[in-house]
Parts: sequence; C-alpha cells; structure tokens
Amino acid sequence: MDIRAEGISRRYFRRTGEANYFEAVCRTDFTVEAGKVTVLLGRSGSGKTTLLHMLAGLLTPTGGKIFLGDTDLYSLEDKALSEIRNKRIGVIPQGRSVIDTLTVLENILLPAALYGGESRGQEALEWMKKLDIAHLADSRPTELSGGELRRVAIVRALAGKPEVILADEPTGDLDDENTALVLSALRDAARDGAAVLLVTHEGEAKQYADEVWRMNAGTLTREERN
Amino acid sequence: MKISQLPVRNLTRKPGRTLALICLTALLALSVFGGSVVVLSLRSGLNSLENRLGADIIVVPSSAKSQTNLKQMLLQGTTGYFYMDRSKLDKVIATDGVEKASPQLFLASLRASCCTMPIQVIGIDQETDFTVEPWIEESYTRKLELRDIVVGSQVNAGIGESLRIYGVNCPVVARLASTGTGLDTAVYTGMDTLRLLLDAARDLGHDLKISGDSADVISAVYVKVKDGCSVERVADDLAVHVSKTETVQTKGMITGVADSLAGISSTVTALIAAVWVLAFTLLIIVFAMMARERSREFAVLRVIGMSRSGLAGMIRKESLMIGLAGGLAGIALGAVLVFSFSTLIEQKLALPYLTPSAGTLALLAGLTLLGTTAVAMLASARAAGRLSRTDPGTVLREGN
Repeated sequence: MDIRAEGISRRYFRRTGEANYFEAVCRTDFTVEAGKVTVLLGRSGSGKTTLLHMLAGLLTPTGGKIFLGDTDLYSLEDKALSEIRNKRIGVIPQGRSVIDTLTVLENILLPAALYGGESRGQEALEWMKKLDIAHLADSRPTELSGGELRRVAIVRALAGKPEVILADEPTGDLDDENTALVLSALRDAARDGAAVLLVTHEGEAKQYADEVWRMNAGTLTREERN
Repeated sequence: MKISQLPVRNLTRKPGRTLALICLTALLALSVFGGSVVVLSLRSGLNSLENRLGADIIVVPSSAKSQTNLKQMLLQGTTGYFYMDRSKLDKVIATDGVEKASPQLFLASLRASCCTMPIQVIGIDQETDFTVEPWIEESYTRKLELRDIVVGSQVNAGIGESLRIYGVNCPVVARLASTGTGLDTAVYTGMDTLRLLLDAARDLGHDLKISGDSADVISAVYVKVKDGCSVERVADDLAVHVSKTETVQTKGMITGVADSLAGISSTVTALIAAVWVLAFTLLIIVFAMMARERSREFAVLRVIGMSRSGLAGMIRKESLMIGLAGGLAGIALGAVLVFSFSTLIEQKLALPYLTPSAGTLALLAGLTLLGTTAVAMLASARAAGRLSRTDPGTVLREGN
C-alpha cells in the first residue's frame, strides 16, 4: 500500500537566529509507492529524518496530511495510530534503537507482543539468518556491536511483514558486505509488495532504488534516473 | 515474551536502579509503619492504664510518697510497699461521694534465697475489688484459694509452676493479659495469701515497719467516685477526713502520661512528615532522571507501536511494583526494628507501651503499603505524563 504526504511541512521553533523558527520540511507532496524502493538522499540536517518521522506517525506535521491508503494518519487517536504503526509500518530509526533489558530475540518479537498478534518467530528467524545475526538471538544488546544492533532493528521492522518500511540510515554502521545484505533485504521486501523508503546520505543506495529523491534545506526534489 | 512481563524485565534487569528506588520507598514505609506502631503502642498503653487503674482516687499513707513513687510502681513496675491502719478504709467508705472503695496490700519480694525473684506482690480484696478483679476474670473465673497467685504477662512463670515468696510456695493459677504498664510485672493474690506472705517475711526477719497484726494493715484504698460528684472535691474531703493519708488522683497521673504521649506523638509525626517530604521529593527527582535516561528507550517503544497510554501504563506498573516491593520491605524492616527494640523503647520513654492487636497491625501495614505505593505512582506520574506527551520523533532526533 502507498503512503502519501499531501502538502506536509514541519516547522521548529528556536530561540537563536534571525527568525524564531526554521522550516525543517517545506510544504511538499510526496509518495512512497508499494512495491518500490524510494531512496531519499541529502546532507545531514536537510530534513530527511523529519520527513520520515512524519510519515511514520511519530512527529505531527505543522501542516498537511499523511495518508496510508485512504487513512489520514494524523486524524486518528494515538491508540489507533500506534496500532497502525505496529501492524502496518516498519520503522528503522537512526542510531541505537533497542531495549537493553531484553535479549535480541525478545527485541525482535516485541512489536508482535504489543497487540497480542500472531507470533512472528519464523519470519524473524529467517530474517536473522539472512542478516547474519541468528547466532545472537539470546544475547543482550549491550554485548553487540553497532552494526549488529543496526541489523537487529532492521529485522525487527521486517519480521512483521509491514506494508510500509521507513528506514533511516539503515546502513550507517555497517561494513560493505553487510550494507549489501541490508539493501538486498529491503529490495526483497519491496519485491514482496512493501513500499520502502530508504533515507540515506550514501549514494551507493541508488543502485537499489526505483525512485530517487533529494532533500536540500527542507525542499524535496525528484532526481531523474538515467 | 508477553508485553505484561516487560515492566518486570525492566526492573529485574536493571537491579541497581531498581534497588535504589525500592530503598527509597522502603524508607517511606519504614518511617510511617515504625513510627505509627510506636505511637499506637503508647496510645494503647495509655488506654490500658486508664482501664486498669479503674479508680478515680488512690488513698495511700502519707509516708508512701517518701518511700516509693506510686506512679513509677504502676507505670514501670518498680517494687515498693507501705502500710496504714485498716481503719482508714472505713473512713474512706464513710466519706461523701465515694461510690466504691477497695483495699490493696503491697509486698515486695527479695533477690534472696527465700524468693524466686524480686517482684511486686499485690493483695486484693476479691469481694470489693473493682480494678484488678475484672482483669483477672478475663483469664481466671474461680475464686483465688490460699497461696494461689495470678501473674502479670511479664512475669517469668507459667501456669502450674510455683513462685517462692519468703519461703512460701505459691502456685500460679493464671496469667494476665498484657497492659503495657508496670502492672504486667506484678503478682496478684487474695488478701489472706498476702497476709500469710507478710507474716512469712516478718518471720524471716524482714522489717516491714508493721507494728501490730498484719490483718490490721492495708497499703492503699482504691476509690471510685459517684457519678456527678467532683473527683477533686472528694479527694479534698478524703484528705480532711482520713488523717495521715495522701490522695492521688489517677486522672492527674494519666494526664501526665497523656501529655508525654502527645509530645512524643508530635515529634514522631513531624519526623514521619519530614521523611515523607524528603523521600517523595527524591522519588520525583529519581523518576524524572530515570525518565530522561530512558527517554530513547521509551521513544523506541513508541516507534514499534506502543501507544501513549500503553507507555504511561507500563511506567505506572513499574512504579506500582517498586512501591509494593519497597513498601513490603519497609514494613518488614519496621516490624523487626520496632518489635526487637520494644522493651528498650518502653524503658527509654518510661511510658506504658502496649503493642496493638494483630488486626490493627495488619490494617496499619495495609494502609502503609497503600500509601507507599500511591506515593511511588504519584512520583512517577509526572515523568510518565511528560514522556507520553513528547513526540517520539523529537526524542529520536535529539538523541542522534
């Protein structure tokens, strides 16, 4: 299912500078289509992560709407929006995003436990094998490297077979071999029908993309593919 | 793993943090439970003293005040004896306003071969007594035979055993319920037995300063004033009509104890309040620090689909468990400390001290647990509210 942003923008207030606010994301329309990998490129601070968080239902836009299919995400109560995020959207946040008090496997299965849905153990195990972290199932996050933690977060997002995958710098901590593994995995998810948004500043991701967008100072532009 | 297990995991896998929070809440429970038990014990002691004294006025010989301290005898169980002529009883009975009057006869046994232990022995007239007899009847309904004795709860002798008093073996026929006063360390018997013991003491050469027959002396007369009569006025009349005696108004004795109790209660209450304010403030700070430290963890939970109410509920469950664990630990520690040191507390405060009933203690423990848990949850509520209102996107963005 597509996820679509209509006229969304995000403004942050700040106490310094000439104006007392700045536009992290300028008013824009944007769609991540089902079955495709959309790559969003841009320098640090250009507004990529802000856009991703708005698409994920994690950050209320200052203006505009986000639709998952026909559902206006921000018209929903928090509980309903959270449940949609749990069941239909897989978010891979930037940086460390695991619960230290749980084991790797518990972290991966936690989203399924939240709403008492069916166990995702089998899918989780397959993805763990694909991303080479199956042997870490019973480890605690504090025992893992940055790259391993990243792959845990990726498996957690993919194991639920979400309709939309929003990945923020998913290969930031990874070596070339694992970067290829992760990008292939996201490509496979898109092939299975998911709408995949890949936010990165690494140009290498382009080769896995169906569409490439670039963000600069909050303004989004589509890059023509040769 | 079930989501309901998550709060338990969060607590058990961060033992240092959890222990610190439990210690703080335990301090709350310890202060309120321990302090309340002490205050309640003192109040029970005072009530017990009021009930057990039963009399409005005690008439004693003038010499009694110089020989012993009646208040200490009753409150702390110090031994003593003094005597006056039995004819004083008739004069007391004849005084206007006296409804009931009953004599008592005192004797103190010795730390010597003639006696099992030094102890206060009190003889009562079972026909007229209205202070000790109702108390004895709670545990022994038959009439005391010659040599039969009833022991206070603090006397180290069981039913069926005998105490040797001035060479006379006296079988213990009953054991009284505790009053938390000096009355618990005394032995009670009939007048005939006490006269037998007086004679035995005199035969052994013990100078009791009795010139005549032991049947002609008494130690004190316990007086109940008629309803509607002024205790002060009757006491004044007794002082005039019954020569060479002193009147002790039990109300004054109880008032003195009550005043001391009020002072101690205020101090304990102030201490409890101070501990609660301090611990509550600390808990709020600790929960706020913890929430800040865990803000990314909470943001991750929101990312994977936990709702604001779910997150707040999880924090509430964690603080509930901390409150329960800390409350139980504090109550247990408070109970161990207060009950282990109850004798010391009683001696240091020099006041009647009677541990409340099991039901009262259970109720107090329950209320303490409820209070501690509520405080822990209240302290975390602010942090939970702030966290649930924060946009997880903002937290994740700030964390990078």
